[in-house]
Amino acid sequence: MSLMKFPEVLKNDLVTKFGVEQFKFLTTPVGDHVIEVPAVATHALLQYLKEYAGFDFLMDICGVDYPARSNKRFDVVYHLFSSKDFSRVRIKAQIAEDESIATATDIWIGADWFEREAFDMFGIIFKGHPNLRKILTHHQFTGFPLRKDYEADAQQSCDSVLPIHFDNTPEQRGDLLDSRFVPINVGPSHPAMHGTLRVMAELDGETVVRASCEIGFLHRCFEKMAETHPYNQVIPYTDRLNYCSAPMNNVGYCKAVERLLDVSIPPRAEAMRVVLCELSRIIDHIVSVGTGGVDLGALTAFFHLFTFREKVYSLFEKLCGARLTVSMTRVGGMAQDAPDGWFDSVLDFCDEMSDGVEEISKMLLGNKIFIKRTQGVCPVSLKDAVAWGYTGPLLRASGLELDLRKSNPYYGYEKYDFDIPTGSNGDIYDRYCVRIEEMRQSIRIIRQVCKNMPGGDYTIRDKSIVLPEKKDVYGNIEGLMNHFMLVIKGLRPPVGEVYDATEAANGELGFYLISDGSANPYRLKVRPPCFAIYQSFPTVVKGSMLADAIATVASMNVIAGELDR
Amino acid sequence: MSDPKNLDDMSRSFALSTKLDALVAWGQRNALWPLPYGTACCGIELMSVMGPKYDLARFGAEVVRFSPRQADLLLVAGTITEKMAPILVRIYEQMLEPKYVLSMGACASSGGFYRAYHVLQGCDKVIPVDVYVPGCPPTPEAVLDGIMTLQKMIKDRTPRPWKDNWKSPYLESNPTSQLGNR
Repeated sequence: MSLMKFPEVLKNDLVTKFGVEQFKFLTTPVGDHVIEVPAVATHALLQYLKEYAGFDFLMDICGVDYPARSNKRFDVVYHLFSSKDFSRVRIKAQIAEDESIATATDIWIGADWFEREAFDMFGIIFKGHPNLRKILTHHQFTGFPLRKDYEADAQQSCDSVLPIHFDNTPEQRGDLLDSRFVPINVGPSHPAMHGTLRVMAELDGETVVRASCEIGFLHRCFEKMAETHPYNQVIPYTDRLNYCSAPMNNVGYCKAVERLLDVSIPPRAEAMRVVLCELSRIIDHIVSVGTGGVDLGALTAFFHLFTFREKVYSLFEKLCGARLTVSMTRVGGMAQDAPDGWFDSVLDFCDEMSDGVEEISKMLLGNKIFIKRTQGVCPVSLKDAVAWGYTGPLLRASGLELDLRKSNPYYGYEKYDFDIPTGSNGDIYDRYCVRIEEMRQSIRIIRQVCKNMPGGDYTIRDKSIVLPEKKDVYGNIEGLMNHFMLVIKGLRPPVGEVYDATEAANGELGFYLISDGSANPYRLKVRPPCFAIYQSFPTVVKGSMLADAIATVASMNVIAGELDR
Repeated sequence: MSDPKNLDDMSRSFALSTKLDALVAWGQRNALWPLPYGTACCGIELMSVMGPKYDLARFGAEVVRFSPRQADLLLVAGTITEKMAPILVRIYEQMLEPKYVLSMGACASSGGFYRAYHVLQGCDKVIPVDVYVPGCPPTPEAVLDGIMTLQKMIKDRTPRPWKDNWKSPYLESNPTSQLGNR
């Protein structure tokens, strides 16, 4: 167990500023710093932490329901991150069902959708929020599905679609259309909307006067499903969050559970996870760059890049039998070892892929039309990017060199030699440049890992965490008993909570996990990177051409699976 | 003037005889224009089916149309949520006859492992489905098999009672809704 303590400097500052009584400072056994505050003081505390304590990122806001608690039923939980010293802090406030809490949208503009989600899922009222409407469930849905008294399979049908609408602003009501402009609806069934996004806009000629996006068309209740399944059975659900890079979600989730259990996995499992993650990063960027090209009218790059994606699928298939949704990790390590010669095939792929990256780079980044369509289009300044909660390639394209693999290294990333590419303008061109450079860097990392693959076991052998191998289950009574007990009783982490983040292809993928000591997670909140990014869309495309708005959606690489969960 | 026997011989040299609907079915099954309704993970696998390795073009179904007016095969690839269902029905209604539906993957076929409050338990709850392809997601080979099954159905003119008896689920429940009213 780690013996970390709450940082004294911060604690003293806060006590001086706000008094001794108000706050409770805790450090969880796994080392997360937590401040428990009364709901009324939350706003002032968040403001102070942002302005004077360097916590410039609001990573997540979520609710937690404790119906058994006598008066204050809900926890409202904020996760902050500092890009100065890469530390995190969690703020927790309790409120009752009929109480409200002050909005954080005036401190971080990026709090907008997170608060709407907490409202939609729990009915928590954020006072002063400009637009507190449903976000994920459909407009005819009644009740609050993530409350513990809502049945997981209580479906409610929907028989209509909302007409074109916009967010309310102080000047304009969102449901009133301006007759001077042409309203246009794009999606959710539209090739440029990547499946399930819906964008509504008012156009003056071809210029976007205002825009709005409706999401939730792929809300498949991941968080409720996680609460009704044992820990290891949640892994296949995580695959389907960002399905363009499924193994990364497996890794992110298992890493959070392992941290809560306070176990570390063997070096071979770590190295295998790094290889899987970097392969996934490459294929995720392939989809992003490829479909980005398609949305600009360049179909060739997509077909060419998909050849490489198929090669990675073949590697996955060889490793575990599945192509897309691999579910290859288990809590405590990997599901099985890699077959003989697999790492050599990965190295061969790296050689092919590095040629492929150069070809694509020439084909797209050197193409006059591509440059004209992307350079200087819908740029996002660094200040705005931080305020919205951008992470990953988009944040780096805006100029901040922040990558969790470097800043908070895990799985031995600190041992590997690689660079963090950054852009300067935050426009669409820079985003693609960053992504293509990241593909090169991922190849570099994979080569280093595969050349020094550690031996040993691929999983820990703790009997209360990992199922025994099949030969033991069928071969001896201990194995059989162990298997039986673990399946019946389930893997039970200690009571507690943890927030753990990894650098996924789109940015910070965070899992906030609460355990009540039972076999299912009590609450599992995902912090998906593109949720924070996509909420900035209406602001970013305002005043640009409609075609540029389409290019912006593509460059944000919004994956509906993790956006809507 | 001419010998009938000779005329018959002559026509045999440049014409072939068939039934009209067999000819139509031959055309239909080899020129299915799909509308890829990809909503989730299956949509990514569908890209593979269309992509260079598996190449749906070999089955005459490469002309992907995103307009329902131009498509005759609706490929439902991915989870359909309650929020998405009305839109799926509208897309289906907008397609012109003859039209077919292929449900790709566990979610589209039955809701899959999402027995959840916001997920439609199979797209056949709202539209008639001709072919179900199992898998989560199905392999591209399985999707190709599904397409071939559909081609065989068209060839054999398999009866499709689910299609003939279908009516929009929104007509009765809510006659004033946007969808029911059209």
